[in-house]
Amino acid sequence: MSEQPNAIDALTAAKPSPGEKYFPKFEVTKELTEEAAKLVALYPEGKEQSAVLPIIHMIQEKHGYICPEAMPWIAEMCKSTPIHVAGVVTFYPGIHTSCPGKYHFRVCRTIACALSGGEELMAYICGKIGVDPASLTDEHPMAVSPDGLWSIEPVECLANCGFGPNVMINDTLYSQVTPKMIDKLISEYSKKD
Amino acid sequence: MSEITYIRGREPHPRETRRIFRNIDREGYNPSIKCFMEDGGYETLKKAIKMEPADVVNEVKKSGLRGRGGAGFPTGVKWTFIPKGNTKPVYLVCNCDESEPGTFKDRFVVHQDPHQLLEGMIIACYAVQAHFGVIYMREEFPEAAKIMQNAIEEAKKKKFLGKNILKSGFDLEIIVHRGAGAYICGEETGLINSIEGLRPYPRIKPPFFPAAIGLYGCPTIVNNVESLCQVRQVLMRGGEAFAAEGAQRSPGTRIIGVSGDVRRPGYYEIISGSITYGELLYDICGGPKRGRKFKAIIPGGASAKVMRCDEVLKDRNPDGTVREMSVFDIPLDLDSIAKFGSMSGSGGVIVMDDSRSMPKVLNNLNRFFAWESCGQCSPCREGNPWMLKLSTRICEGKGSPEDVDLLKSVADNICGRTVCAFGEACSWPTQAFTTKFREEFLALTKPINALKAHSPETAEARKYLIRED
Ligand SMILES: Cc1cc2nc3c(=O)[nH]c(=O)nc-3n(C[C@H](O)[C@H](O)[C@H](O)COP(=O)(O)O)c2cc1C
Ligand code: SF4
Ligand code: FES
Repeated sequence: MSEQPNAIDALTAAKPSPGEKYFPKFEVTKELTEEAAKLVALYPEGKEQSAVLPIIHMIQEKHGYICPEAMPWIAEMCKSTPIHVAGVVTFYPGIHTSCPGKYHFRVCRTIACALSGGEELMAYICGKIGVDPASLTDEHPMAVSPDGLWSIEPVECLANCGFGPNVMINDTLYSQVTPKMIDKLISEYSKKD
Repeated sequence: MSEITYIRGREPHPRETRRIFRNIDREGYNPSIKCFMEDGGYETLKKAIKMEPADVVNEVKKSGLRGRGGAGFPTGVKWTFIPKGNTKPVYLVCNCDESEPGTFKDRFVVHQDPHQLLEGMIIACYAVQAHFGVIYMREEFPEAAKIMQNAIEEAKKKKFLGKNILKSGFDLEIIVHRGAGAYICGEETGLINSIEGLRPYPRIKPPFFPAAIGLYGCPTIVNNVESLCQVRQVLMRGGEAFAAEGAQRSPGTRIIGVSGDVRRPGYYEIISGSITYGELLYDICGGPKRGRKFKAIIPGGASAKVMRCDEVLKDRNPDGTVREMSVFDIPLDLDSIAKFGSMSGSGGVIVMDDSRSMPKVLNNLNRFFAWESCGQCSPCREGNPWMLKLSTRICEGKGSPEDVDLLKSVADNICGRTVCAFGEACSWPTQAFTTKFREEFLALTKPINALKAHSPETAEARKYLIRED
């Protein structure tokens, strides 16, 4: 890579996050390569590029986020180019370029949840995990707590609108969430190892 | 089949007819193939796979089934758009992106009754002779992706999927492809680009009608989860029987999700056209909350135009006389509400009562659309943040009366000038809110704000104002 930082390097550059201590660092291993090959094999011949998203999901599940080093490797796996992978990574809000906390809150902010108190809930969770709500912007929609255990991100409709406010913690959806429930969930999750 | 009992507290309302949601919240039911087969699962597939594919298509055409993803396009007709004499492979994609705010129905099928979708999808694949199917699952359904994957494995073991399905000679592979949190992946051509591993930019139609040029440039049928489940119902009950039930132009059942300010929000499966919006909101959903009155309804997902509850609507009787009615008298089918300028789209009904500020609601929607625009067309990419800025300014009391007209004119200039229907989806709310609730917007503005320091000239002119703002 050249000495001169350019816009693309800047876009994909690693942004340090306290969440990293909870995830193993990205590393190319035989197992990882095999797993990626399996994903590629799901798609018709010659359409390896379709596996970009599945491979990204696999890495994100294991390592928390897509680091700059992972992009050329993903490109190699699905016979694409690093810049193409960077294009995909930077498009989707669901793909992180910096590490979330061990437990990641996704709080729905769309209309039905907003009508049932989603915005107040968002502020409440931010307060609980020690994150400044003002630090959440369109450019940086995710914030990580200083201890790296928690992170929070506003998201759009989670398709459970009748039972708002809706919140996801990692892969689990919680509906009709109240501040009291948040207290309980936070203490339960902190006790998990 | 034995009497069905539902989990306590989640029983269907007596006015519901549970077909697609028959097994949702059912006592003792789980997503396994065993449960599904004990309930008559995969019997319809056995029947369908003995028919000629063209006959399956005809049956669906006869049924009059219309898509449940939002646009309401006749499913059987869509299937016949695959070019005649096509030699390329055909693909079928199930749209489980469910991301239109206010819509929540597909979620329950893929979490609780995955085999129902799979059976419908296999029948549809057989009908259009697709040997590769993709379930496009939104990223926010990680558990459903696992459940669906598991269901696919189970179905393969029983020979409902894979090579030579039920000894018919028909081969089919189905995979689950997960999205990554972008609304635009629900748009069928954006979705196809997403599967191809590209940025999910929608493609322009014509020429990129998926049924002609879709996934990998081959004919591709994109159908919503509920539509595919309905296909199974059509084959189970017969096209004619299906067509005979419910509204003439949109037969079958519909799943309606009600959210917002009602006493009993939730999902309800009703026969299309069998009740009105009033019956839905008052009888089934229990009416407004204590001491409140209904003010506005968004009848078909966030992008449908809002309806005012106190507005007097005029409709023509069959004998030509004019009759006055309100939004509550409109039957709940696909077309009736279109006459009054809105749409019933994906079946998500969002209700607001008199405690709500309409500019605030619109501001929330504008933020959604500004965030979700894919950025491909200038009117949509630039117009949405502009609308958001204007509605925010109005909500903060910093807007001038002209801003309300400007807001509407920005919306007017987006729709019809974009690659995909997002352009319409994002401008309809603004157009409807600013027209129907204009006085609420104006009430938040101040004439003096027209001279706010938005530009150097206005800053200069402001010096001569004597009133404080
Ligand atoms: C901006 C936009 C978002 C859409 N989102 C969805 C969606 O989340 N789910 C869906 O099934 N259809 C969605 N659609 C409609 C699809 O483009 C397509 O019409 C539908 O999947 C066709 O299926 P059907 O014929 O079974 O209704 C969306 C359309 C647009 C323009
Ligand atoms: S209308 Fe908006 S969402 Fe659709 S292609 Fe254009 S920019 Fe993208
Ligand atoms: S608006 Fe929050 S889940 Fe739909």
